[in-house]
Amino acid sequence: MSMPGISMVKALNNGLRRALQDDPKVLLMGEDIGRLGGVFRVTDGLRKEFGSLRVVDTPLGEAGIVGAAIGLALRGYRPVCELQFDGFVYPAANQIISQLAKLRHRSGGAITLPVVIRIPYGGGIGSIEHHSESPEVHFAHTAGLKVVTCSSPQDAYDMIRQAVAADDPVIFLEPKRHYWSKGDVTDEPPAPLERARVTRPGTDATLIAYGPTVPVALAAADVAAGEGRSVEVVDLRSLSPLDMDTVRESVHRTGRALVAHEASLSHGFGAELAARIQQEEFHFLEAPVLRITGYDTPYPPSRIESDWLPGVDRILDALDRSMSY
Amino acid sequence: MPRKPPTPTADARRSDGPIQFLTPEGALESDSRLGLPARLDLPALYRDMALVRRLDTEAIALQRQGELGLWPSLRGQEAAQVGAAHALSAQDMVFPTYREHGVAWCRGLDPVSLLGLFRGTTLGGWNPYENRFQLYTLVIGAQTLHAVGYAMGLVRDDAIGSGDDSRDTAVLVFLGDGALSEGETNEAFVWAAAQNLPVVFFCQNNQWAISAPYSVQSRVPVAQRASGFGFPGVRVDGNDVLACLAATGDALARARSGGGPTLIEAVTYRVNAHTTADDAGRYRPASVTDEWIAKDPLERLRRHLTASGAVDEEFFAGIERREHELADHLRTGCRSLPVPGPASSFEHTYTTMPAELGHQLAGHLEFVASGQENGATR
Repeated sequence: MSMPGISMVKALNNGLRRALQDDPKVLLMGEDIGRLGGVFRVTDGLRKEFGSLRVVDTPLGEAGIVGAAIGLALRGYRPVCELQFDGFVYPAANQIISQLAKLRHRSGGAITLPVVIRIPYGGGIGSIEHHSESPEVHFAHTAGLKVVTCSSPQDAYDMIRQAVAADDPVIFLEPKRHYWSKGDVTDEPPAPLERARVTRPGTDATLIAYGPTVPVALAAADVAAGEGRSVEVVDLRSLSPLDMDTVRESVHRTGRALVAHEASLSHGFGAELAARIQQEEFHFLEAPVLRITGYDTPYPPSRIESDWLPGVDRILDALDRSMSY
Repeated sequence: MPRKPPTPTADARRSDGPIQFLTPEGALESDSRLGLPARLDLPALYRDMALVRRLDTEAIALQRQGELGLWPSLRGQEAAQVGAAHALSAQDMVFPTYREHGVAWCRGLDPVSLLGLFRGTTLGGWNPYENRFQLYTLVIGAQTLHAVGYAMGLVRDDAIGSGDDSRDTAVLVFLGDGALSEGETNEAFVWAAAQNLPVVFFCQNNQWAISAPYSVQSRVPVAQRASGFGFPGVRVDGNDVLACLAATGDALARARSGGGPTLIEAVTYRVNAHTTADDAGRYRPASVTDEWIAKDPLERLRRHLTASGAVDEEFFAGIERREHELADHLRTGCRSLPVPGPASSFEHTYTTMPAELGHQLAGHLEFVASGQENGATR
């Protein structure tokens, strides 16, 4: 099936439809996902097609959504939860971190919890407080969870189905500012869910991004090319587990690494990447690993978010610094 | 600022006490609000309560001897747990807190498997599907939502309302009075009510959440809270095994038939401290505990069985012999619980071990095999 020029929202919608068709144990649950089709319309039309027992409009309460999903998984179901916005995930923290992530370990492997938690995340949409956050590190730091994020309609379509088919709990982060970006989607066999991808090859520096910063990184690489610099862009796709093989191979060739993410700098995912790169490629680095990120503040009011977010200019500034070593 | 004592709402003043069939003196009476099951195996109920008490007593002794790090005693709550458990069908699923040793016993778990969590040899201890008894949950109230989700699965599996007793299934989830204040418990009530789920919430109101008396949690009785969510709440004498059995049986039957959730409040008392690490003397008077010891759940059934002539002295002697066997099994079993190998913690974190975790495991195994000890001088 070829799906030319569809949005990420439509790609996710198609992926979820396929998941529902492929396995009768798959069900979707969340606030406003049924009748309304989700506030971003990711589940549009699915309730009508699959019924209210498989596309469940839940009461408000994020702990309830994830806690009930655990119970459904214990009964053999594969629930896909939608938590409406990134900033609304914290009421579910106990159920995600202390229950969902740990039950397999606690049970010595007797319990399998194939639960997917979809979270529209990141900023850049001019929204109000709690609607633009990047909570990935909380989950990437929690043993027992997989954390993935898509950056294109094709990956959205492939990765959501792979996440649903995975037997471990998956935090599925959807970069909401790219929800309406369009791209061609095909049904070619996808790369493994946990594999990073070199999205743009280059030779002078490796620019590592994921989710919402991937298109930004590609735009920065375009500008840099005009200035005579060849930047390789790596889309991590999976934060946990982390595909260090792809990262290492790239940095080994370029000798320079930059990391761009929207989440705050300190203790962010870039810190983990910097530590791992210096540990594994120490003798091949021409410059320190640099990070281009949000600042160590709460997410700012939307009128000033574009300066706060790691944009093309800040990435190019960091590239200048890296190249000056 | 002067503190004003809370005034209970008008409907909180119930003239009727908890449902009770068996008085503390051992007299069997009827209660107009609920019928007793047609078939009752009173000797079996007594036997299980006695053995569960011995299990608990022995575990406390093992903790005192240093064999367990901690033990949460169920003493005083034997009737609530054994009564509720005897109402279960084989296909029903149980979600316990961390104190449901009596329910575990009635579900047929090897009681030694309850000790591993407290000895530090495991974080679980049993396969939750084998006896349809989920793992203990330590975070208060979290399991109520798992029970709700499981009940949603039952609805989708058409496992309720067929009228086939061997097929229709319900969920029995345990919680304490402290859990009533947790947000997750209240979310579970909302979900169960809105979807009319086949789940029975069995609250052992043992009146103490560590040092907090029930008055810290609420100004109305536990059972009354159900009405605000839109399902029945039933208050029973938690030290009367028959009241607990009858109320749970009634609620489970309603759940299995598609009649929706029930909240049962078993009014009882935590005779021992919260756990072996707690000192109840710091927050409650011994005199109140003594009053509750006088309402002992075992003693009243023993009196009834003796007075009615249903059993003879040999029955009690037989139970005593089984208690000794159980204690011996626990002592031996506890000491021979296998200590997990260094790889075990790595093995079940994911279905397939990620490469990075594999590297960490390899390094850890190498470290352990080298015979080094943390902090040892090299």
